[in-house]
Amino acid sequence: MSQMTMIQAINSALDVMLDKDPTVILLGEDIGYFGGVFRCTDGLQKKYGEHRVIDAPIAEGGIIGSAIGIGVNGLRPVAEIQFADYIYPGLDQIISELARLRYRSGGDYFSPVTVRTPCGGGIRGGQTHSQSPEALFTHLSGINTVMPSNPYDAKGLLISAIESDDPVVFFEPKRIYNGPFDGDPDKPALAWSSHPGGDVPEGYYSIPLGEAAVVEEGDDLSIITYGTMVHVAQAAVKKAGISADIIDVRSLVPLDVETLKQSVEKTGRCLVAHEASKFGGYGAELTATVQEECFWHLQAPIERVTGWETPYPHAFEWDYFPGQDRILAGIRNVLEAV
Amino acid sequence: MTENSSLHIPRPSARPGDEPDFSYLALSEAGAVRYPDPCTPAKDIEHLAGDLVRVLDDDGVAQGEWAPEIEPAQLLEALRLMLLTRQLDDRMHRMQRQGKISFYMQSIGEEAISVGQGMVFKPTDMMFPSYRNQALFIQRGTDIVDLMCQCLSNTRDMCKGRQMPIMYHDRKANMFSISGNLATQYPHAVGWAMASAIKGEDHVSSAWIGDGSTAEADFHYALTFAAVYQPPVILNVVNNQWAISTFQGFAGGQRRPFAARGQGLGIPGVRVDGNDLLAVYAVTRWAVERARNCGGPTLIEHVTYRGGAHSTSDDPSRYRPKDEWSAFPLGDPVKRLKQHLIKSGHWSDEQHEALNQELKETVTAAWKEAISYGTMNDAPSLDVRSMFDDVYKEVPERLKRQRQQLLDIKGAKS
Repeated sequence: MSQMTMIQAINSALDVMLDKDPTVILLGEDIGYFGGVFRCTDGLQKKYGEHRVIDAPIAEGGIIGSAIGIGVNGLRPVAEIQFADYIYPGLDQIISELARLRYRSGGDYFSPVTVRTPCGGGIRGGQTHSQSPEALFTHLSGINTVMPSNPYDAKGLLISAIESDDPVVFFEPKRIYNGPFDGDPDKPALAWSSHPGGDVPEGYYSIPLGEAAVVEEGDDLSIITYGTMVHVAQAAVKKAGISADIIDVRSLVPLDVETLKQSVEKTGRCLVAHEASKFGGYGAELTATVQEECFWHLQAPIERVTGWETPYPHAFEWDYFPGQDRILAGIRNVLEAV
Repeated sequence: MTENSSLHIPRPSARPGDEPDFSYLALSEAGAVRYPDPCTPAKDIEHLAGDLVRVLDDDGVAQGEWAPEIEPAQLLEALRLMLLTRQLDDRMHRMQRQGKISFYMQSIGEEAISVGQGMVFKPTDMMFPSYRNQALFIQRGTDIVDLMCQCLSNTRDMCKGRQMPIMYHDRKANMFSISGNLATQYPHAVGWAMASAIKGEDHVSSAWIGDGSTAEADFHYALTFAAVYQPPVILNVVNNQWAISTFQGFAGGQRRPFAARGQGLGIPGVRVDGNDLLAVYAVTRWAVERARNCGGPTLIEHVTYRGGAHSTSDDPSRYRPKDEWSAFPLGDPVKRLKQHLIKSGHWSDEQHEALNQELKETVTAAWKEAISYGTMNDAPSLDVRSMFDDVYKEVPERLKRQRQQLLDIKGAKS
């Protein structure tokens, strides 16, 4: 075990897989010589060479499109899109090609591409460096979608994603790259060494896709969330002085319905939280799933705490971000409902 | 607003009712273009993007330095494949008109490109076809019964009923899966060739798109990546003059040839007479030699003409002169190869007619076999349970439940 930030844990996952599997290659903007704008690939090109850690032109559609072809030719590409906000030029390649290749070819062709991309707000990124577009991908058939909330999960889930023969879009909440963040920007930044998720084995291990983590156990309500919001939810629950199940979905697709179900059947009350805006967001799917599975156990309407339905504003970042106060208001709504 | 400030709307040289006019096409004489060493630096052969490599002259005689040495038996086989493709297209077009299949796309007039290029590539090379490369499937060994079964979405359909007609693939022939989204295969081909280079193998890849699709971003991504990494890839633009109703000027082809699109990136471009099988073969062999021996991509523009409709869903007489193909200065690729083989004493009109008749019967027999595996309306039918397979490698629980839901509802109904 050693202490790692999420960046170091992702770097370690890539290092482990580059070492273990000679077919793994990395492709992305600034990832090679420089080591990535967030340093996730730091040192890897030097260690594995320019043929395995490849700097790419600024063309996200080209990165994903060529990664598909690389994958069809027997290699296992991990593509980095520098910000999730930049992934859109590659959407046609993801939606029409990557997600559907196995299906449309009757199982004869597939391409095991993992697309890594930093997402989420809280870094003064404005509307082009703060988005959480996961719902665009969870809606697709043929692709898995993952978002870890701590270094340990990031490494284990990324290794599973790379090993999977199904394509994965792997979102990395960049606000928690260097430390957990509870939603309060005025507090001094915390280090991952203060969090159990910062303990990360140096070698190989994997966490299967499709398993949620119960981060905290309690009886008053179930909070279902993922990414940075896991930490915000924990802080809000502490502040409220209540006892709650906090479930980190981790793997958005495939979704661990059973864990959600067991929790809400126990608590009878449910709050869903994510950074992305509400309408058509992934929270709608979580809410509908809980309703379908647990309707007769519910004692209150399911509450959603999300970003507003505006683009992510630069000047009003902390008014946009669904911080502790919004979660607390949501908790009150759920607990006070008759 | 002055005349100079008006928006330029490209107009084709002829619309329905007009005299066909191909004066816009820059043509070279057969044999006029010099053959450079395949490893010549791109900057020294920029003229190849504007010239037109032609081998067969108007009399069907092979001319000049590009004239390839091909055994007559190989040329006769090429002719057979082109005729077979044309017979297949004719049959399938008629089957669509009779409602037996939902859709079809003919490749009439463009057969020399698929067949001539297919003769150059090895089975281990990877092909990323467009929807008008049926002759390439046939050339690489795909049974026409399998092509028909795909169009029928029947129990032998390689796509398991998941794609509309003509979206074939053939894993064992290294023919990639055709997508309905245009130009997406271009970056795939570049990526495949990158992997080939990463692995230190000498396999090449090749991709095809039409003149219209060069407007897609994927074309430009692919060219950029090909220029940056210099993988062994042959990128083809089949300039058949027409997208559906828009002519090649709407893809930006009015001022510079498509072969020149790579020049700003240092990718050599070669413009070739796409209706001249010998020229297509020679240029492709040149590009493959370049890819294998000196590395790097080549962009080939095949100048041809779309002899039929875009698909069974459009009527070309609504947007271009009915007799335009007959006025096309590069003629019909089948007729030109036939003329060459007759001229060189290896073929005759009688043999040609007999072969055509034989292939017609081959296609009829293939169709009979294909429909024995079912049609869209007649048994045997695909098992609807297979609809949930291959979305992921393993069928997830959610899809298993949805499959059961469907079966329950169907069971309750019957």
